[in-house]
Amino acid sequence: MERHIQAPFDSKTAASLRAGDYVYLTGTIYTARDAAHKRMYENLQKGEKLPLEIEGNVLYYMGPSPARPGKPIGSAGPTTASRMDKYTPALLDLGLRAMIGKGRRSPEVKEALIRNGAVYFAAVGGAGALLSRAILSSEVIAYDDLGTEAIHKLQVKDFPVIVVMDCQGRNLYEMAVQSYSRE
Amino acid sequence: MRTIETREITRNIKEMCIEANHFLPEDMKCALQAGADTEESPLGRQILGQLQENLQIAAQEMIPICQDTGMAVIFFEIGQEVHFTGGLLEDAIQEGVRQGYREGFLRKSVVKDPICRENTGDNTPAVIHYAIVPGDKVQITVAPKGFGSENMSRVFMLKPADGIEGVKSAVLTAVKDAGPNACPPMVVGVGIGGTFEKCALMAKRALTRPLDQRSHIGYVRELEQELLQKINCLGIGPGGLGGSVTALAVNVETYPTHIAGLPVAVNICCHVNRHAVRIL
Repeated sequence: MERHIQAPFDSKTAASLRAGDYVYLTGTIYTARDAAHKRMYENLQKGEKLPLEIEGNVLYYMGPSPARPGKPIGSAGPTTASRMDKYTPALLDLGLRAMIGKGRRSPEVKEALIRNGAVYFAAVGGAGALLSRAILSSEVIAYDDLGTEAIHKLQVKDFPVIVVMDCQGRNLYEMAVQSYSRE
Repeated sequence: MRTIETREITRNIKEMCIEANHFLPEDMKCALQAGADTEESPLGRQILGQLQENLQIAAQEMIPICQDTGMAVIFFEIGQEVHFTGGLLEDAIQEGVRQGYREGFLRKSVVKDPICRENTGDNTPAVIHYAIVPGDKVQITVAPKGFGSENMSRVFMLKPADGIEGVKSAVLTAVKDAGPNACPPMVVGVGIGGTFEKCALMAKRALTRPLDQRSHIGYVRELEQELLQKINCLGIGPGGLGGSVTALAVNVETYPTHIAGLPVAVNICCHVNRHAVRIL
């Protein structure tokens, strides 16, 4: 099913998404990848405040290439999500609504998605030039010293993603591979 | 004896870093088109179409094909009649990478230490593989390697008794484990034989061989074809979202090995199998 959704979105919208839905996101999302996750996790362990509101928001696992003059951002495709698995359940328990990345997630992430009614989207890996066209603006809001790994606030318009894992435990990667496997 | 100024090396490396990150070689483009023509899954065809559109946008607007502009892997084949002047060759190569990644708006993805992880800020150092060859030319291959697929690569130290069936099983295991993480459709580089490090290096080098060029060794050529066919029966498909085009090619290189061993390396590359080649 094709859906157009405003980001951030509520839990009711998240609950309505199904693995396999093709979704165009418009609105505000935030980037965070390895180093930013590690730092957020350490902030949480020390009882410190996180530099952004996690509850209800969408995190995009992405570190862009530098913007050329006149462009909002450089190449901007998803990175492999499993590297964030260690830190993800804690963020989902804080109310993180959705993540955008690529590749498989751990059983712990799957459980945390179900427990919190959240979803995992995939964007097309290696299509960073194409995806950059759906990003209208980019602003670093935290961890500036991390360079490409800093947390960026992005305004996106019709950013194309696919629901891979929904909050009912379905997984498009597993379903799709089964339907085309001829082993 | 032929003399080459190292500043020429710097200039060429700089240009090649920028070129490789914005333009794929012609054989890669043809393979993607062939994939789009044969893919069974509608979503898979849609993704392959997006990848082709992505290549056009990258070239027209000079936006890197992928935001992971890689760690620069450089194969430097030096004719033994060549003499370099004007400074250290290694410094000239690293300076070329530095300039290319800065001036080309490429991402700086290299950290100074694998544990302390502070970004070097200029994507140096590159990983350089030198070889001395006959003649008075220098062949440079710049192959920026993204880590989504690099992380899914493997070395297997098989036993001689495992034979060619063991090799097939190892390659299929690596590809299955890689699945959607390695940004399929992928190119699979395989090195068989040599030692632990030699097979890994052959697997890396195999990724730079044109996809329309099969091995000149009969059984290796058959192995490449059989593995490609088997991989494309796994169902992984473009983006890992199901389909019949999981790999665009399997390139296998071999080398003599020890009586006690059968090393096999599988270096996986995503569909952004970048490399620029120049002969000076």
